Amino acid sequence: MGTATVPFHGPRQAGVAQDPPAHAAFVAFTLATGTDRRALGRMLRLLSDDAARLTQGTPALGDTDATLATLPARLSVTFGFGPGLYRAAGLASPVADLPKFPIDRLEKRWSGGDLLLQICSDDPLTVAHTQRMLVKDARPFAAVRWVQQGFRRSPGVQAPGHTQRNVLGQLDGTANPRGAEVDTAVWNPDGSTTLVLRRIRAEIEKWDLLSGTDKENATGRRLASGAPLSGTGEHDEPDFTALDDAGLPTMPDYAHVTRARVTDPAQKILRRPYNYDGVPDALGRPDAGLLFASYQRDIARQFVPIQQRLADKDLLNQWITPIGSAVFAVPPGCPEGGWIGQQALG
Amino acid sequence: MRIPIRALLTLTVLALAGCGGTGATAGNTTPSNAAAAPATSSSAVLTIKDPWVKAAKAGAMTAAFGVLVNDTAAEVTVVSAESPASPMELHEMTMKGGKMVMQPKQGGFVIKAKSTHELNPGGDHLMLMKPDAEIAAGDEVSFTLELADGSTVAFTAIAKPFAGAGESYDPGMSMPSAAQ
Repeated sequence: MGTATVPFHGPRQAGVAQDPPAHAAFVAFTLATGTDRRALGRMLRLLSDDAARLTQGTPALGDTDATLATLPARLSVTFGFGPGLYRAAGLASPVADLPKFPIDRLEKRWSGGDLLLQICSDDPLTVAHTQRMLVKDARPFAAVRWVQQGFRRSPGVQAPGHTQRNVLGQLDGTANPRGAEVDTAVWNPDGSTTLVLRRIRAEIEKWDLLSGTDKENATGRRLASGAPLSGTGEHDEPDFTALDDAGLPTMPDYAHVTRARVTDPAQKILRRPYNYDGVPDALGRPDAGLLFASYQRDIARQFVPIQQRLADKDLLNQWITPIGSAVFAVPPGCPEGGWIGQQALG
Repeated sequence: MRIPIRALLTLTVLALAGCGGTGATAGNTTPSNAAAAPATSSSAVLTIKDPWVKAAKAGAMTAAFGVLVNDTAAEVTVVSAESPASPMELHEMTMKGGKMVMQPKQGGFVIKAKSTHELNPGGDHLMLMKPDAEIAAGDEVSFTLELADGSTVAFTAIAKPFAGAGESYDPGMSMPSAAQ
């Protein structure tokens, strides 16, 4: 497992469609004053070269800890460009900040960013070394703005391809596009896509007060199986016309699944979330939640309508709070010898 | 300055930002060679793998590194290096008075038949004595190695921000230490 690799080069960037490895660091940067289009080219050439080597288990050039590079464990490095990067380059940005949602309690320390590096691997030491190498090479051009570290169950614990379970105990990502739907939902013809990263705090102390039935009604799914309340298997289609013995909808209309539901593949989003779990405070209250990473072709057409419906009415809002938000264009991949962003900046 | 000026006139121009470096990688097939530049001289008895140069301010000594690869059945000697970016010397590290210092490598770098010779921080390296201009991170810098048989090997190295490789310089004669 340690020597497994994911190709870096190709028309699309890695780290989007692949089954998510167990560990991730989302590293956002703020460009230094004076990092212009030419400097961006220099930076991205360096970082692309680092990523090309490290993802294949080869030390980066000038790698001062080369022994840490030998077990990539499906390492991927995915580059995202925020609106500020395009501004610095004098180009129109393909992405814009999200509208404000009434549920948001956004903190600056988890929001925005000119450049994002999403580093994923089944080994956290590999993530740490890769992050260190990339941060060092980015340093002449950009300052670290925030780092968000996340985890999921590893392939040694649960077979790859499973729907991830979040810190509220819910299966998360059942409705993801699958197979050919991924192309429709995620990839533009040029190999680009977009990323929305939301840091969503889980109000676990309040969630603890609920009974199992209440929790299932909030989401519209069984906790153990992930099955819709109208069905028996995780991937059963929810039946929003089904009624219970009392004549009420089996799938409550305030439930998360009901509100988030999208059937048109072109409007779906690809969720690739990671859990986070910080340090509890002195009273034992957790600092935990979800790094909600959503990939889609078009943020305004796909992500925003879903988020708006959830913000308007979703029972689950009582137990989750968005505290960070950032948007990034994910440019196409690059061939060997090329660099990420070359099409726009080269 | 001991580097003959004539050496600078025969070189290719600096390849700076925006070129993408694709030319330098043509023909390579593995990611580990992504920035390697194959030898361009007709003899091609020597290649350099994974070349890079430590970014530096104008006038500040710096160095280039990589792995010299000799796939031939005969020994190859690098006798000098040139770059449009700076006068250059071939350096080695040696212990003097209880500390490691660098000094010009007498006789050049000898790469045995079918073997490699690593140029790295703390070891043999290609020294840029006094860059004319800043070598910024991500810049691509051209170099030419001259071999004992008179042939040359040209390559391009990417500049990396690097905190190490700040060794003391002992030219063995009268030049003051110029290490940063």
